[in-house]
Amino acid sequence: MAVAHDRIFGRTPYYVLTGGLAIIFLFPLAWALWASVSPQPSTAQRLGYGFGNYGTLYNFSSGLPVIAFNTVYLSLLTVLITVVVSTLAGYAFARFRFWGRDALFLLTLSILMVPSASLLIPLYVMLTKLGLSNTLLSVALVVAVFQLPFATYMMRISFEAIPRELEESALIDGCGSFAVLWRIMTPSVRPGLITVGLFAFLAAWNEFFAPLIMLTDPSKQTLPVAVANLRQQTMGTIDYGVTESGVVVMAIPCVILFLLLQRYYVRGFMSGAVKG
Amino acid sequence: MLRRQVVGFLYTIPTLLLVVALFVTPLLLVLRMSLSKWALLTGAGGYNFPQNFVLIWKNQLFWPSVVFTVEYTVLVTILLLGFGLGLALVVQAQSRWSGMLRTVFLLPVSLGLATASLLAYGFVSPEIGPIGPTLETMGMAHGAIQFLGTPLNALLSTTFLVVWKYAGFYMLILLVGLQGISDDLFEAAALDGASSRQTFRHITLPMLRPSLSLATILCVTGSLLAFDQFFILTKGQPHNSTVTIVQVIYREAFQRQNLGTAAALSIIVLLVLVLINALQLRFLRGGDRE
Repeated sequence: MAVAHDRIFGRTPYYVLTGGLAIIFLFPLAWALWASVSPQPSTAQRLGYGFGNYGTLYNFSSGLPVIAFNTVYLSLLTVLITVVVSTLAGYAFARFRFWGRDALFLLTLSILMVPSASLLIPLYVMLTKLGLSNTLLSVALVVAVFQLPFATYMMRISFEAIPRELEESALIDGCGSFAVLWRIMTPSVRPGLITVGLFAFLAAWNEFFAPLIMLTDPSKQTLPVAVANLRQQTMGTIDYGVTESGVVVMAIPCVILFLLLQRYYVRGFMSGAVKG
Repeated sequence: MLRRQVVGFLYTIPTLLLVVALFVTPLLLVLRMSLSKWALLTGAGGYNFPQNFVLIWKNQLFWPSVVFTVEYTVLVTILLLGFGLGLALVVQAQSRWSGMLRTVFLLPVSLGLATASLLAYGFVSPEIGPIGPTLETMGMAHGAIQFLGTPLNALLSTTFLVVWKYAGFYMLILLVGLQGISDDLFEAAALDGASSRQTFRHITLPMLRPSLSLATILCVTGSLLAFDQFFILTKGQPHNSTVTIVQVIYREAFQRQNLGTAAALSIIVLLVLVLINALQLRFLRGGDRE
């Protein structure tokens, strides 16, 4: 009886405290969802609940379809570049010895030390000169470069964790190193690949500064900058309803990916944390 | 074996190209730009050192932005590390409830900073924000509260946003550190009759030092480079009281259209960050030798 009593009542403050904290953390998210469909003055949704704000969002600037497509395209392109480049390099850094290997690895990691703001001004000048400004490819390349320290480190430790016997037997069977990488190594580093891909996707999907500077053509804009600009378009009053509907559209893929791939998400942070 | 050396090198060519083209080259270019007259529309106009650095020094926003950015960094770092540690202690148990709490605390981390800032923009607005009406019903406030109206309110609102968005991130880093502490240490402390406060003070905190250092480096660096949250939420207002250093870089480049001074400030920021990170790493290593 005493134990049961302790279990039920002794822990109650803990559940009240942590439950309260959880509600505080969830409240803004729930509020944004509610605000995007609830009636508010000076929005498209004035009477009753409904999707009027999403209607405004659909037609803003170059239209939600174009901007959402740009954002998805940018994110997938960034994932592709980051995953391919860091897999090849991670394999080389983990399994080959060659001149300049450690220097290149350290140089890649040192990207972490340099603020992106310091690099974006010269990158803007360079890419404009090359005629690559206002292209999603250039933004994808830039976001991918900032992902490289984490991605290369992650892929290197993933390849290093594979027992050498696995690849040696294949090499003896006459496979080339690329066949070994593609057929034997890649399946074994899938958790690392998913982690790297997930982080690259979220980074590109949410990137604000690089598109703000590099994509001035409205038909090339991505969601974060477009939704931030959208606030100023209605004369005088700010349309908070459509802003919050934009927040919901931007947040939903992140929340879904997070819930589906939570394991890999945590793994990504942990690989960073053990370094310290 | 030479063949294997060549093959290994070939695999790193994409990385080499990307790093040289989009990291090393812009780094050299920003140095050159900081030493040159360089307008946004007309481009390079010849060497003019130290003109850009003098102009930045004389920029009326420079010192206020440095002071504001440092204030913000100190405030956010203290709150995030304290809050992150608190959350980590709360969710460290291996139970279903703890697992659910971790998921909840991590949820805002998955949002983009721009998304979270836009969410906060509505959340703190007198027009649709829920806080003002709630306080009013409780009789704690009268009329609309201007959460972005004074310099202090704007700073505190942004701080709340950032703590909400990133607390889960620091919780996770410190949780990994907590789980790395051997149970033997806690058992030994319990046998010696240590109170839970003594255990925390003399075992948990010292053993957490590597994780705390990493968290501090990430938090200080991230906060010194703050941009999105202030660009979106406060726009540097009221009266330019919430302009951060990176916002000054942005304004120099795209409003005053002087890329030379923007590059000069970028170089200053870069050097200061490298210095701070080097000092923090040294402090961290010094701790290991003790």
